[in-house]
Amino acid sequence: MKSSAPEINAGSMADIAFLLLVFFLVTTTMDSEMGMMRKLPATLPPGTPDPPIIKDRNVFVVLANSNDQLLVEGEFMDISELKAAAKEFIENPMNRITLPEKKLVDVPFFGVKQVSKQVISLQNDNGTSYELYIQVQNELAAAYNELRDELAQNEFGVSYQQLIEKKEKAKVNAIKRIYPQRISEAEPTDVGGE
Amino acid sequence: MGSKFKKEGGRGEPAISTASLPDIVFILLFFFMVTTVMREVDLKVKVVVPSATEIQKFKNKSLVTYIYIGSPTDEKLGTSARIQLGDAYAEVQDVGAYIETRRGEHDEAEVPLLITAFKVDRSTKMGIVTEVKQELRKVSALKISYSSVEGITFK
Repeated sequence: MKSSAPEINAGSMADIAFLLLVFFLVTTTMDSEMGMMRKLPATLPPGTPDPPIIKDRNVFVVLANSNDQLLVEGEFMDISELKAAAKEFIENPMNRITLPEKKLVDVPFFGVKQVSKQVISLQNDNGTSYELYIQVQNELAAAYNELRDELAQNEFGVSYQQLIEKKEKAKVNAIKRIYPQRISEAEPTDVGGE
Repeated sequence: MGSKFKKEGGRGEPAISTASLPDIVFILLFFFMVTTVMREVDLKVKVVVPSATEIQKFKNKSLVTYIYIGSPTDEKLGTSARIQLGDAYAEVQDVGAYIETRRGEHDEAEVPLLITAFKVDRSTKMGIVTEVKQELRKVSALKISYSSVEGITFK
């Protein structure tokens, strides 16, 4: 046998690695940090004139009460129907007179295009559950995103998400001008209470 | 019968080599180091965030301030929703001051980019959330995010 330096016993290496592993398991969390981004309206300085009144046909009213029921444009609605209703309202494909008016806007890539003057108004009660509130926000955002996606597919042949990922700002902004996301939140009511 | 079955403790099985065990554990360790993030605070309220589909990842986590709202984990404190800022319970009127201290920790140029993330339990009533939002408007912390997990929103 050849004489060589004695090997270091590596048996305890596993224990050390396990200790480190347990440390990381305990001190870290798995949840990925994701969320729905929103922008709050700035507080208006006192003396600001009232905003112009918007015609009824241009406003899509969504009310949520303390029993987590929805009233959309005066009719009771289940949350699962909200997205389709919002899409129909935003797009107004048949140019119905009960749905929003349109104005002609010159948009890059698209030329002069009819853009609806839609606004979505959302009001909840102080007793509405946060879960329903998020669902409503999510469905309305989904309605906008689906319309934008359809437009991106038709015009550029790629999805809206891909346009954002490829940082094609000009195209994204053009789509946003055709379907601007206008969700306004009214002061909540306090009927249901805590 | 004879030699069909060997007697126990005769020659003994050769020991399985455990030399690769540390390597396996290290791979696991690196997996967890990469996929997880450090827990930022000890939660004092129960928070199960709602699920949503139209969500985005935060671009820069250091710019995010969390506000937790939910019922206290300590049952002696009752079940009504409480706000947690940093490591402690807080009241609605403390929100503004907390945002200001968080702003002080950042560069002035970064202040408009700061995001306030709501980590709110799904069963919470909107009343308390709205009050917090009004406080945020007062200190013009307007960029907010409703933390949620990806998933189906309703059955």
